[in-house]
Amino acid sequence: MSEQKVIMGNHALSYGAVTSRVQVIAAYPITPQTQVVELLSEMCADGTLDAEFIKVESEHSAMAASIGASAAGARAFTATSAQGLALMHEMLHWAVGARLPIVMGNINRSMAPPWTIWSEQTDSLSQRDTGWLQIYASSNQEVYDSVLIAYKVAENEKVSLPVMIILDAFFLSHTSENVTLIDQKDADRYLKPYNPKYRLDIKDPHTFGGLTGPDWYMELRYKIQKAMEDSIDVIKDAQKEFKEMFGREYGLVEPYRCEDADTILVTMATAASTSKQVIDELRDKGEKVGLLRIRFFRPFPYDEVRKYLKNSKKVIVLDRNLSPGAGGIVFQEVKSALYNEPVKPKIYGYIAGLGGRDITVNTIGKLFDDAKNSEPADIKWMEVKI
Amino acid sequence: MKYSIPQKELMNPGHLACQGCGGALSLRLVLKTLGENTILTFPACCWSVIDGPFPYSSVKVPLFHTAFETAAITAAGIKAGAKKVEKEYVNAVAWAGDGGTYDIGIQALSGAAERNDDIFYFVYDNEAYMNTGVQRSSATPKGAWTTTTPTTFPKAEFKKDLDAIVAAHYVPYQATASPSYPEDLTKKLEKAVKIRGFKFFHILAPCPPGWKTNPEDTIKLGKLAVESGIFPLYEIENGEKYTINMPSPKKDLKPVNEYLTKQGRFRHLKEDDVKTIQEYVNKRWEKLKRLAGV
Repeated sequence: MSEQKVIMGNHALSYGAVTSRVQVIAAYPITPQTQVVELLSEMCADGTLDAEFIKVESEHSAMAASIGASAAGARAFTATSAQGLALMHEMLHWAVGARLPIVMGNINRSMAPPWTIWSEQTDSLSQRDTGWLQIYASSNQEVYDSVLIAYKVAENEKVSLPVMIILDAFFLSHTSENVTLIDQKDADRYLKPYNPKYRLDIKDPHTFGGLTGPDWYMELRYKIQKAMEDSIDVIKDAQKEFKEMFGREYGLVEPYRCEDADTILVTMATAASTSKQVIDELRDKGEKVGLLRIRFFRPFPYDEVRKYLKNSKKVIVLDRNLSPGAGGIVFQEVKSALYNEPVKPKIYGYIAGLGGRDITVNTIGKLFDDAKNSEPADIKWMEVKI
Repeated sequence: MKYSIPQKELMNPGHLACQGCGGALSLRLVLKTLGENTILTFPACCWSVIDGPFPYSSVKVPLFHTAFETAAITAAGIKAGAKKVEKEYVNAVAWAGDGGTYDIGIQALSGAAERNDDIFYFVYDNEAYMNTGVQRSSATPKGAWTTTTPTTFPKAEFKKDLDAIVAAHYVPYQATASPSYPEDLTKKLEKAVKIRGFKFFHILAPCPPGWKTNPEDTIKLGKLAVESGIFPLYEIENGEKYTINMPSPKKDLKPVNEYLTKQGRFRHLKEDDVKTIQEYVNKRWEKLKRLAGV
């Protein structure tokens, strides 16, 4: 029987790991992620979850331990945030190069200094070129469901890549929402035990990751890109099967009232949920506006982005992140996706909500106003006090 | 001491080690005793190259190459995974150089030791970053030349006492060992495989290109290091029970001079420098004897 629970985003991740029957967890505490692993250690201690829990001495080791466990053939899980994710950076590449289907939760938090613990996406977007699939969630239900979907996709032979599930600090991590937990028997039918083609097998010994010269390295990178491209269909299938079994539907993107929209707002995570209210209000006033929430940032959903945006007149990208010297990271990707379209909308890049500042209904309303009455620019700052 | 060494070979010929490599011989000896139920992980170290380029490998057990600072924790991760996946008991083995152990890998090493993770950790210590071309590490002995400690300004500091650091974690078993004493090494391994928890081996691995020595002198240098008390062979159980294996605590140590003069890396040393090293070795030896209660 499925069960309703009112839980925080952090615990949605923990329950997702339990429902996915993870076998090895290695994690290190960092605010605002800590509750993910606290609940998992309780569950390991009381026998709810039959997993090895390695209480590592750093995030770098959390990822290295997950890599070791996954290479040995076990289903591995970890979670982190901001500085911890940055410390893992070297091993994020390692997990990809070794083609290990690790799933990790990352609670989006701004990077220090100055010290901060509040939400921003620059931590995870800084890792976009490591080769991890990235899911940006907008509700706790989505966080929970995404863990199962993530393992199903990651462990698919065509993919064999790690997946990061990303949730906004506090707006999701510490906000309680109603979540439907999946019955374990049903979850087991959806997500089979991990049975990799290659692992560190004492009966069939092989070496992994040995010195590789220019004669083969490039082919291995080609295969990673190919796996990312192939993952699009794998994700679609996994999410279709999920819908059939559990009723909840997920896409690579989530379009909202885009059908006839001439102005479309593009954003990720919880800012998208807030935006829906603004869209509804503007629609009531007769304005043709819509929302495109990007759920999978990697692989980047080029086809969907083009399909929903190419017929609009204006695209507004709201970034809760910043690549200094360039601008919003989602903005750059959306703009590049549309470059080869014969008829292109104008694209506006807005930065808002850095360091956990609220992105309110008012903020989003102002942004639509601004775009209505101005020419597009690569970077426009919302609500900066300077 | 007569002790039989297993005939089994889990290392292939044709590996890429330099002639007279103490590190290559050490792994060959270690694998003989650990056997097939072993999974290796190498961080960046000479063995990243010695094993051979893709698609070749010189070991007949599963091997996972990992990042420089992660040998201990990767082995711990492999152990945790193998526990869930393998039906049989697996020796998870971190095999690292001195740079990956004394310097960049010490955090993960300390973490695994403190948690008493059920792994083997081997440092094959050739006393510098040999794979990158002989740069000093915190395992480089005082007075030694390396490419970052030129003869005009050789290494000023004594070698870090890593064994004492590991002992401070009160791990179930740790030992020093040498490929020049295969029986001693084998005996220690046979003891260690029965122990559940963290097992640490410190192996002094002579390096002809880095030490500027003749390849045929590797075994002899290993012996001189032990006989002169520069690298005594001993065991520590639970961080407290010290047992000296060699040299005999009842006899006088060989002077360090012969060990030093056989190596180009010490060629620039003056008499006073040798005296300083001798005094340091004597002091350390007395301390070890006190700890062992002899």
